[in-house]
Amino acid sequence: MRSRFQQGLDELKEKLLRMGGLAEQAIDRATEAYRTRDSKYCQMVLAGENAINEAEREIDELSLDLLAMQQPMAIDLRFILAVLKINADLERVGDQAVNIAQRVLDLISEPEVQLPVDIPRMADSVSTMVQRALEAFLDGKAEVAEAVLQMDGIVDRMKDEAFIVLVQKMQNEPTVTRPALNVLLISRNLERIADHATNIAEDVIFWVRGADVRHGGAHYRQ
Amino acid sequence: MGVGIEVRGLNAWYGKNQSLNSIDMTVAANHVTAVIGPSGCGKSTYVRCLNRMHETIPEARAEGSVKVGEMDVYGSGSDPVEVRRRIGMVFQKPNPFPTMSIYDNVAAGLKLNGFRNRKQMDELVERSLKLAALWEEVKDSLHKKSGASLSGGQQQRLCIARALAVEPEVLLMDEPASALDPISTSKIEELIFQLKQHYTVVIVTHNMQQAARVAEFTGFFLMGSLIEYDKTEKIFTTPADKRTEDYITGRFG
Repeated sequence: MRSRFQQGLDELKEKLLRMGGLAEQAIDRATEAYRTRDSKYCQMVLAGENAINEAEREIDELSLDLLAMQQPMAIDLRFILAVLKINADLERVGDQAVNIAQRVLDLISEPEVQLPVDIPRMADSVSTMVQRALEAFLDGKAEVAEAVLQMDGIVDRMKDEAFIVLVQKMQNEPTVTRPALNVLLISRNLERIADHATNIAEDVIFWVRGADVRHGGAHYRQ
Repeated sequence: MGVGIEVRGLNAWYGKNQSLNSIDMTVAANHVTAVIGPSGCGKSTYVRCLNRMHETIPEARAEGSVKVGEMDVYGSGSDPVEVRRRIGMVFQKPNPFPTMSIYDNVAAGLKLNGFRNRKQMDELVERSLKLAALWEEVKDSLHKKSGASLSGGQQQRLCIARALAVEPEVLLMDEPASALDPISTSKIEELIFQLKQHYTVVIVTHNMQQAARVAEFTGFFLMGSLIEYDKTEKIFTTPADKRTEDYITGRFG
């Protein structure tokens, strides 16, 4: 029989994964909105924000209860701390998806222009990072989390490239400034999501190994 | 001031049953060290070996080296009475002498050690009660009230005062708060924190939150062996040994 505490931990994990699913869905819908220029997807993202915020509140509450009632130690304590931090990151992922949806709404309010940036490709990489980070969390696999950390640099470079080509485009063709700015902001939103996925991966490593790998180092408690 | 403790190759037996297996442990002076582990793991035996209380049980014996400061506890010239004066002990259940006054309870150890100077004794009793954070509550009834008339938490602080009166260097505490309510427990914990300024404290506890709250170092015992010994923060956040983790997260067994 599982102890009440173990049931609580399982419930927490399940809730966080469900929230992760909502966040992933928000990214995919925002990307779909960009790809299809269909405002229906934007509306879905905007409408879905409440559910993510509500999930965040529930997870915080359950974590607080478990901390107060069960006084967890060691790996359990690290798990709950990781959940609290991942929770905040997922909520921010939801916010970034909302920001993208708003930019897309602005984009599609004007005629389409061709811009030399592959947002769907960048979104794919970012979405994969979030997916892998959650997979690492699901199975407690630090090595999967490490692979996510490796991907962050790729997305950073994509954003830097987008910045260069879009600024150039705006200089050369001032008439496309508005859509180009929107796309630039979208690339920044995606890059932020990648940062959140990185944070999630780092928190998984902390949970599983007790190591702090933030800011490019492996810090084990002495 | 407290002194450090060096334990090397400490073994203990109850009759033919070995209850401690070659324990090595260095206890830092003027710090609180907690000893944790499941029932029967040897943690109480361990602390009772530190001041030669273990051997007071029939058929119990210990071998190995225990050095408390410069004192060789199991050395050939070692006197168990002197060892126990320098290494005081407080037990789970407060055990004041029930018919003695508060004053006499604290002075009992001094008298037993041949102390006769009344003025100095008064001073030592007051100092000990102050160190045990009991003075303010009992100063007006030192001779009027008996030890047994105090509350459980007060009785335990009285026992701590009694242990401190003979001016030990080390204070061993075997589950000192497990019979107390949360308010008395928090007073004892606060007291332990204060006491380390003057003494080296080793505390046995079943309550892991208590170990986490009061101790700077924690040792985990299992089946007579010291499995892991490290800074308390390390033990309770990222223990190195799976058995430690299983125990402190309640997955043991």
